[in-house]
Amino acid sequence: MKKKTNVAKVLKNNRTLLLMCLPAVVFFIIFNYCPLPGVWIAFTNYNFRDGIFGSPFCGLDNFEFLISSGELWKLTRNTVLYNLAFIVVGNVFQIVIALMLNEIRNKWFKKVSQTVMFLPYFISVVLIGAIAFNILNFDTGALNTLIRETGGDPLQVYSMPGVWPIIIFFCNMWQQTGYGSVVYFAAICGIDSSLIEAAEVDGATSWQRIRHIILPSLKGTFIILLLFALGGIMRGNFGLFWNLTGGVNSQLFETTDIIETFVYRTMTTQNNFSTSSAVGLYQSVFGFVLVMFSNWIVKKIDPDYALF
Amino acid sequence: MNKSSKIKMDPSTKVLKIIAYLFVTLWAVICIFPFVLVISASFSTESIISREGFGLLPRGFTVSSYEWVFRYPEQILGSYAVTIIMTVFGTIIGLFIIAMTGYALQRKDFPFRNALSFFIYFTTLFSAGMVPTYLWVSKLGLRGSYMAVFLQLLMSPWLIVLMKNFAKSIPYEITESGKIDGAGDFKIFISLILPMLKPALATVGLFLALGYWNEWYQSSLYLGSSVDYKPLQYYLYGIINQANALKSSVAGANVSVTDLPTNTLKMATAVVATGPIVFLYPFVQKYFISGITVGAVKG
Repeated sequence: MKKKTNVAKVLKNNRTLLLMCLPAVVFFIIFNYCPLPGVWIAFTNYNFRDGIFGSPFCGLDNFEFLISSGELWKLTRNTVLYNLAFIVVGNVFQIVIALMLNEIRNKWFKKVSQTVMFLPYFISVVLIGAIAFNILNFDTGALNTLIRETGGDPLQVYSMPGVWPIIIFFCNMWQQTGYGSVVYFAAICGIDSSLIEAAEVDGATSWQRIRHIILPSLKGTFIILLLFALGGIMRGNFGLFWNLTGGVNSQLFETTDIIETFVYRTMTTQNNFSTSSAVGLYQSVFGFVLVMFSNWIVKKIDPDYALF
Repeated sequence: MNKSSKIKMDPSTKVLKIIAYLFVTLWAVICIFPFVLVISASFSTESIISREGFGLLPRGFTVSSYEWVFRYPEQILGSYAVTIIMTVFGTIIGLFIIAMTGYALQRKDFPFRNALSFFIYFTTLFSAGMVPTYLWVSKLGLRGSYMAVFLQLLMSPWLIVLMKNFAKSIPYEITESGKIDGAGDFKIFISLILPMLKPALATVGLFLALGYWNEWYQSSLYLGSSVDYKPLQYYLYGIINQANALKSSVAGANVSVTDLPTNTLKMATAVVATGPIVFLYPFVQKYFISGITVGAVKG
């Protein structure tokens, strides 16, 4: 086709389309590319006066400190374990809800329940934190109200690190299930209905239909979503964790501190920019490798779904 | 699939149906329960809440906490104004830029589409992280300015990809017919493509609006207390946490802090701050559900 067309000519021919992309490209240059050189701060002993590139270079000291104090391991462990639970159990639960929705024939019931299940997706994490506090706090929480009324000893949930993985997991599920189940429900609706009808004519029960037709055809969607989620396993839902735990409640750190909350807290409350950015850089690099890896696997399974 | 109800049901199918109704109902109740709790609390009497705790029904029904919210209305109304202005303008401007970019990036005859797509997508693969971004945005002079919040929420690679997938489903012949009529690319986009992107605009617009309305993170980083009127959710964050921090820090010492008359006020503020976006949802649900399905299949 075209052989060595004049660059200027190609640009000129596409100038409108290029101009249409320009605002977005400028946006990403300013807010995403320009800060990139700033990752250098992770290798310095940062102070405000000298700025990022004037502060004394300290090599890998920041990382060494994070490793030797066990902080990096704890943050990685928490972030990964929470994500694994969210991804695996969360997805399975979403599929179950989608399967159940599919069994329901009453249109009105289906619509209303979908709307209701979607509701939590729309509220801010600030409010989720407040709701959890209303249920769990020592003095007026609904849970402790119930416990007192039945004559039990109220619980000091905000100083019990052991129960927080369950609370956080549940809140995440509460917020995300509506969204996720809609995706799976759509995938179920996309199954060739002649397959299902044929099964019905053959006398297959609903259970058999689910086992032999629906679940196998959801496998693709499930694996793809799973792999992409695994690519993001180093990234946490900052707002949810921060607002649920109050962010600065050190009694809970052992089980609730994830990379994002550590980065935010270290920067905003301790003004420790170097340590904070060291953790941030660790997360970015590790996350990058994971995304590339999961995309590589997706590409092997089904190139159509690969990101690039 | 609707035919199935006419075929005679075997017992196990019946059992499954019952389980399905029960299960979905149960989860729906769990989803709605906290909302009931919050609304009840907002209509409760503070002293009774302090004594007996929160319940499912209002305790000592009163609207006094709402009166409190609006007693000095300047703060809350100012926050409302800031959030509404940001949400409306952010959604409109963001939507326009995203639609324009999404359309251009899927045009088969646009030789730079892959390079530019990757350029945008790369930002999700590797990011500078919070600290470098914070220092850079501060250096731009945006700290303490609403613009820091407004601009950073304007678009995301994910929304552009979503829009691109939508635009891909519009046949190329539409663009071609515009070309034959002698229209330029921008004219084609405005008069032919944009009207066909309505479901996409509703979906992406809702995501944008949701992002602006529920924003508190950027505000906490860049605005702090340097603005007169905090965005709504950040204002709520302040109201909720000034008491929370106190309580969770003393809870360990088993001290009761019951004389803070804030419980019901917090909940009334929460209702006021959340109401509009929740009411918006049922009107756009149809588009939204079709939208995330497209987005989930690829992207």
